[in-house]
Amino acid sequence: MIAKHVKNMPPSGIREFFDLVLGMPDVISLGVGEPDFIAPWRVREKAITALEEGLTSYTSNKGLLLLRESISDYLKKEYKINYNPDSQILITVGVSEGLDLSLRAILDPRDKVIVVSPYYVAYPALVELNQGKVLMLETKEENNFKIEPEKLSLLLKHNPKAIILNYPSNPSGATYTSSELKKIWNILSKKDITIISDETYDQLSYGQKHISFPSLARQAKKQTILLNGFSKGHAMTGFRVGFTCAEPEVTEAMTKIHSYSVMCGPVISQVAAIEALRAKKEVERMKSEYIKRRDFLVEELNQLGFSVSLPQGAFYCFACLKKFKLNCLDFAKKLLLDEKVAVVPGVAFGKKYQDYIRISYANSLDKLKEAVIRIERFVSGL
Amino acid sequence: MDRILELLEDNARISIEDLGKLSGKSKKEIEKAIKKYEEEGVIVKYKALINKDKVKNNQQVVALIEVEVNPQKDVGFDLVAQRIYSFPEVKNCFLLSGTYDLLIEVVGADINTVANFVAEKLAPLSSVKRTATHFMLKKYKEDGVVLVKKEKNKRLPITY
Ligand SMILES: Cc1ncc(COP(=O)(O)O)c(C=O)c1O
Repeated sequence: MIAKHVKNMPPSGIREFFDLVLGMPDVISLGVGEPDFIAPWRVREKAITALEEGLTSYTSNKGLLLLRESISDYLKKEYKINYNPDSQILITVGVSEGLDLSLRAILDPRDKVIVVSPYYVAYPALVELNQGKVLMLETKEENNFKIEPEKLSLLLKHNPKAIILNYPSNPSGATYTSSELKKIWNILSKKDITIISDETYDQLSYGQKHISFPSLARQAKKQTILLNGFSKGHAMTGFRVGFTCAEPEVTEAMTKIHSYSVMCGPVISQVAAIEALRAKKEVERMKSEYIKRRDFLVEELNQLGFSVSLPQGAFYCFACLKKFKLNCLDFAKKLLLDEKVAVVPGVAFGKKYQDYIRISYANSLDKLKEAVIRIERFVSGL
Repeated sequence: MDRILELLEDNARISIEDLGKLSGKSKKEIEKAIKKYEEEGVIVKYKALINKDKVKNNQQVVALIEVEVNPQKDVGFDLVAQRIYSFPEVKNCFLLSGTYDLLIEVVGADINTVANFVAEKLAPLSSVKRTATHFMLKKYKEDGVVLVKKEKNKRLPITY
């Protein structure tokens, strides 16, 4: 009954491990890919009021105009990029839908897409679901998991239709400086390639101010589909709101698909998102909390014998555990069973990452401390 | 505010070591800064936040009392306030803008004790014009911490 290309998708190698975690009570989980904060009260309050006022209908396919205008203003203020709220912005059900729409809109069967690893798990899966072919661009710890321009140039010889960028990155926390991005753009600009830039962690950029890919050059903006949303920076994962920004022609194509497949994003969430864009202080507060936790965790992990560079964004460390002579799955399983601490094995993010685990610091300092004590006990018994 | 102060305000028992990790300062720098804060009266006291409702055999009532006073020439409210906050029964004392002047928090063994304090010590002061006593029934949130229910974890324990 199942379509071939779906059937042929390889099953996730760590589904079993996930089930093990989900079935275990009282774990300290450093395996969570979402903020531990609750959405800011003023955002929740707007959602409550919207419900009280009876806002329970569809919105336009593209999403509430006020939200699109607010997003347009945000991008103008933050990154000096201009997107027309009418023709270039589409409200989606999370960045997840934006990603799917981008690929659906541009891919013909067997088109190639560059995915940078370690990658967010949905990238290769969605490329394959949309009948594209993944070209893997591996990055290494010694380069802080950043793209090596020479390797990128080599892959471009295969004439890929698109490349998916993600910075700050899940799972590595890597992000790029302006000169690094310019180098990447310089290489990409020689090709007719679409850049799908997933900047969902833009608000959680710690060292330097985030630089949005379409702000690099006029032509960069033309070739880019910018993806972002409210899940991470605003702690609104459950609201399911994201957006895409792209050239009118691309936006129209994505809107067409979106209007048939989901019709529109949930109205309450869209109202809440408008308020979220005004909640700058709340975002800053969460950000400074993440920085404290990161500094604490990275120092502790390095002392315990992991090798972790300081992540520059998002809320993950991608820690190397070569020293412990266990592959990531065995390490994660044993750590879970012995000490009830959950982390995500590195192979979830690319098969080369056998020696890594992703550790999320979207947890209170107290929890992180307890987790460190347990991990210390665990590794000293290895 | 200095990172060290923020961290101490959140957890007075944090170790110098952890303070170092979280503020990026050396042990020496932190000890020096703390000493200075203590001397300057920036750090006044290290305390624990106790949920009294959960303490066994804890018979205690808390009252917030609005006090309207006659300010005195030249010294304004400060002297009157001093008369009032000097009573050991007074735990907190604030000068406010608005319809009354001082808000004080008084703790006593029972309602009678507090009522007697008001009737016998506070109200008779010549500078006190009027008082209104509010007994506290329930504490929902104190110092930013919700006391009435435990935050439940609502996230899935593992996600990409
Ligand atoms: C890099 C990245 N992109 C997209 C998403 C999906 O986010 P959303 O909740 O907006 O669909 C996530 C969530 O983990 C992510 O880490």
